[in-house]
Amino acid sequence: MFELAVAASDLVKTYPGGVRALQGVSIAVPAGTVFGLLGPNGAGKSTTVKILTTLTRPDSGEARVAGHDVAREPDRVRRAIGCVFQKHAVDLEATGRENLILQGHLYGLRGADLRRRVAELLDRFGLTTVANRLARTYSGGMQRKLDVAMGLVHRPEVLFLDEPTTGLDPEARAEMWAEISSLARDEGLTVLLTTHYLEEADRLADQVVIVDRGRVVAAGTADQLKSELHGDALVVELAGDAAPDAARASLDGALREIAVHGRTLRGRTDDGPRAVPSVLAALDAAGLSAASVTVSRPSLDDVYLRLTGRTFAAADADRPDGAGEGRGGPPAASGAPGSASDADGTEPAASGAVAR
Amino acid sequence: MSTLVAEPLWFTARGVRALLRQPWYVAFTLLQPAVWLLLFGALFEHVVPSPTGDYLAYLTPGIVVMTALFSNGWAGMGFITDAERGVMDRLLVSPVRRGSLIAGSLAHQQVTTLVQTAVILGLGLATGARFPGGLAVTLAFVGCTVLLGAAFASYSNALALLLRTQESLIGAVNLVVLPLSFLSAMLVPTEFLPGWIEAVAGWNPVNWAVEVGRQMLATDVDWGIVGSRAAALAALALAAAWLSSRAFRSYQRSV
Repeated sequence: MFELAVAASDLVKTYPGGVRALQGVSIAVPAGTVFGLLGPNGAGKSTTVKILTTLTRPDSGEARVAGHDVAREPDRVRRAIGCVFQKHAVDLEATGRENLILQGHLYGLRGADLRRRVAELLDRFGLTTVANRLARTYSGGMQRKLDVAMGLVHRPEVLFLDEPTTGLDPEARAEMWAEISSLARDEGLTVLLTTHYLEEADRLADQVVIVDRGRVVAAGTADQLKSELHGDALVVELAGDAAPDAARASLDGALREIAVHGRTLRGRTDDGPRAVPSVLAALDAAGLSAASVTVSRPSLDDVYLRLTGRTFAAADADRPDGAGEGRGGPPAASGAPGSASDADGTEPAASGAVAR
Repeated sequence: MSTLVAEPLWFTARGVRALLRQPWYVAFTLLQPAVWLLLFGALFEHVVPSPTGDYLAYLTPGIVVMTALFSNGWAGMGFITDAERGVMDRLLVSPVRRGSLIAGSLAHQQVTTLVQTAVILGLGLATGARFPGGLAVTLAFVGCTVLLGAAFASYSNALALLLRTQESLIGAVNLVVLPLSFLSAMLVPTEFLPGWIEAVAGWNPVNWAVEVGRQMLATDVDWGIVGSRAAALAALALAAAWLSSRAFRSYQRSV
């Protein structure tokens, strides 16, 4: 048994047109764990998964999956992995059962053994009653379950889940989370999942890596990452006419690491609840008013903000998968020490405008 | 069964099964050549002096070739749908051979070609066409039609993998299929063609298949023509299959 189910070092990938998707990504996934690759859209998560699943090759760097080199032994890697990509990759013109049987055939399963495995998976994912209906008639949640079942048909050692719950309603998402947790717990499967839902990584992953603009900016357990942030997060929503910059200036003494996004100010303080009165007083003294003030324990969103100088939602909305990606000079972690401004939400400003 | 044979067959079965689940589509793919045969037959019967005086018999092999050309031109649609749905990525991360995907698509298309060919020949016979050349040359013609169909299916698959969108595939296929049809003796005797078209037709694979088909009308079959055209079509089909496997690599590089 190998200790690491996935080991990648210094993966670099530039797409035609100069889009630098990966600028040296290294990850190590211990066997039998759930590993979360977290980052906004366009951060390089999917490209990493494509390299690890032999779909594409890196320009440089090396990766081993289930003990096999992805470049030199792609066929061995392919037999050891199960993949569930972003799209619900099921054949709509075939039934659920036919989809699973073809998938089993591709991995060399035959006859009674295959039929038994298919029945088992249909049962496990609650698809037995619809097994003989065309996948076209399935709901999005059912197609996703079939999709995951197809990835498991050949009992892989490592399962890749690329954005497994994107586009699912909350109920289907909760079901999928329960399923993913039990896969690792009950079957000793190694699961590498990518997500841009912080909550998902927080709930499912034993280890989290945060990627941003093609680089790893943080790695550890979710708790480790959060504990590096001391104190609580405090979010101030400004009332209609208050100027965000004036508000930031007024709060400089009360909060640390203040970041502005639109009409929202986020900052840190050692004891959130006790800081609220002084925050309100400081705003009041500056002639400004708040629509709301929220105190929260540190979340992965705060970790991300601290590391990249952008809130997760802002980075996600930017969708930096175009030509702008990657030319932002210094590694994103340089935004970490100070507080940052993301007032206009455009990408260059997001990485550049670190407050004095 | 060895996986070398089994793998393509799974994809063939998948394609045929999907086709049979659309009975209206099947009906139209069979109805269309029937309409062409009867329509062109009625239209040109008194215009085109066919060498044998039996224009329907003369036209039948032409319609067989035309139908094979058109239906195989759309082969690449399957790859485009699979790529859009994410099914292609799923297949590419499995241990399945890339060649099996191509072979499976070709075999599925040629099942369609065989059924269409049988229906058109049957319809021709039913409406009075006679083929004195005999069964052997008829089978040779069916074989040549399948080879031409396979060549065009590969061409369509290659374009699909390079162009990636249905719209551009439709454009690229039409650009080739219609001119190749009319630069041949598909509908009219070679003697009827302008000199330059006749010269071009000699290099046109569509015309090679038509020439073999016309031997069905001869009482004394020229097996030299049948053999040379069949060999040329086989070479073309192989070259096109190789080309589409190259296109697969280019597709995968850009994923």
